Amino acid sequence: MRTPRRGIPALLLAGVLAAGLAGCAAPESSGNASSPAPGGASEGSQASGTITVFAAASLKMAFTRLAGDFEAKNPGTKIMLSFAGSSDLATQIGQGAPADVFASADAKNMAKLSDASLVDGSPRDFATNVLTIAVPPANPASIGSFADLARPGVKVVICAGQVPCGAATKTLEEETGVALQPVSEESSVTDVLGKVTSGEADAGLVYVTDVKTAGNKVKEVPFAESAKAVNTYPIAAVRTSKNKDLAAAFIATVVGPEGKAVLGDAGFGTP
Amino acid sequence: MNHRSVSAYNGIPRWVMTLAAAGALFVVLPLAAMVARVNWPQFLPLITSESSLAALGLSLRTATASTVLCVVFGVPLALVLARGEFPGQRLLRSFILLPLVLPPVVGGIALLYTFGRQGLLGKSLELAGIQIAFSTTAVVLAQAFVALPFLVVSLEGALRSAGNRYEAVAATLGARPTTVLRRVTLPLVLPGLASGAVLSFARSLGEFGATLTFAGSLQGVTRTLPLEIYLQRETDADAAVALSLLLVAVAVAVVGLSYRGPGPAGSGSNAALSGGKTGRVPS
Repeated sequence: MRTPRRGIPALLLAGVLAAGLAGCAAPESSGNASSPAPGGASEGSQASGTITVFAAASLKMAFTRLAGDFEAKNPGTKIMLSFAGSSDLATQIGQGAPADVFASADAKNMAKLSDASLVDGSPRDFATNVLTIAVPPANPASIGSFADLARPGVKVVICAGQVPCGAATKTLEEETGVALQPVSEESSVTDVLGKVTSGEADAGLVYVTDVKTAGNKVKEVPFAESAKAVNTYPIAAVRTSKNKDLAAAFIATVVGPEGKAVLGDAGFGTP
Repeated sequence: MNHRSVSAYNGIPRWVMTLAAAGALFVVLPLAAMVARVNWPQFLPLITSESSLAALGLSLRTATASTVLCVVFGVPLALVLARGEFPGQRLLRSFILLPLVLPPVVGGIALLYTFGRQGLLGKSLELAGIQIAFSTTAVVLAQAFVALPFLVVSLEGALRSAGNRYEAVAATLGARPTTVLRRVTLPLVLPGLASGAVLSFARSLGEFGATLTFAGSLQGVTRTLPLEIYLQRETDADAAVALSLLLVAVAVAVVGLSYRGPGPAGSGSNAALSGGKTGRVPS
């Protein structure tokens, strides 16, 4: 006899399994990864094989392009990319995740790893990012400055103090003396942007690069005070990497002129 | 079906036992691993910090409210699905069950486009002076959305196995439909209703994805315990683990109480589910 009730555990299990499978979407490895590069590597190295790069979510667009260019220039190499919040990535590497390169959105999460001697050498700063105000295209609350965000009735969404963008927001509040009364403090800058693109919020404090990614779904309201809170992005090779040559070559690309150009296009500044 | 022989037979094959043990371990081991990571000297200060208590209080209040919503709307739904006969009934049931298998974030997006400021109903609500976005109401709606199927499924199962013979008798004796419902049907399926309500409460307590997407996260207003854990994890792993354990403890207490506490009632509902006609074999 099949009662609907007996269906619940099966449904739940199916749901759990599906979520689990979706969660571990490991990048698929390429077949010819071990074939040697036939010379002409852009950085003068003979690196080949596969590396996995753990990068902050905000680097998604820039790093996807950089990795593609790198693979094209260095046949026989494969760059796997895994994007998430910097603190998640740092935790994963701390727990032994097989990463070769770590690119963090702030110095703090990189310090977690370098303090524990989990990265090689000292991390190199390769990009900067500043906060900006994102508003819905129609700018319903007529936001024109940072101080406007504190006007009563304005629904402003910011990052929580625990995450890098929230720490930067806090710095801005202290520097400008403007005390925000947010309707929500999100745990990721993506969630802040989501509240603005969906029109729920009148304004949100996000990174300049997020506004670029969002295109015409949001409007940017730049403000001069943003320069008072600059986030610096460090990159380093992970100590347990099995392909240090390739890791070093990719890092050289990121900090080199090619990386600067691509990162600049995405809205990042130079450190 | 011969229930008599089924309930007397206890020889479970060894390989089934082995797989069952592996299955149980799969659930218990991660919980044990988490308990092993708890920073016990700091446990009490961590779970009694201002933000933790605000999150726990909000979680308990909103889960209670959403359970009430689930009972108010879920009981009629279960009655209609179990007793009614109308075109599209199967389709309706499928839709009601959908939140069980949907990723909660999808539920959150759907709610956003319904009750959000730019949403289907949100615009009219805002004109009426009701703002749901970023409010505790949004949290309750998100929880009720994901928890409703648990109540409906439990109660519909109980209703179907209870049959409607007693109701038919009551009706022939002149009782009005509402009287039959109140005096016969509901008392008959009370265990099923209770376990459905408890499951809804537990599910509401654990709601995360839809809340994050739809309601936002602000201490004391929308930041429930799961959201607080997610946030604390960013900077303070000890706090996240301590709060996780607190949430597990609350969930175990809620589910454990309801399934074991009223022993006779619990077994009664099981008997009802396994088909009322067969008498239970005294062991």
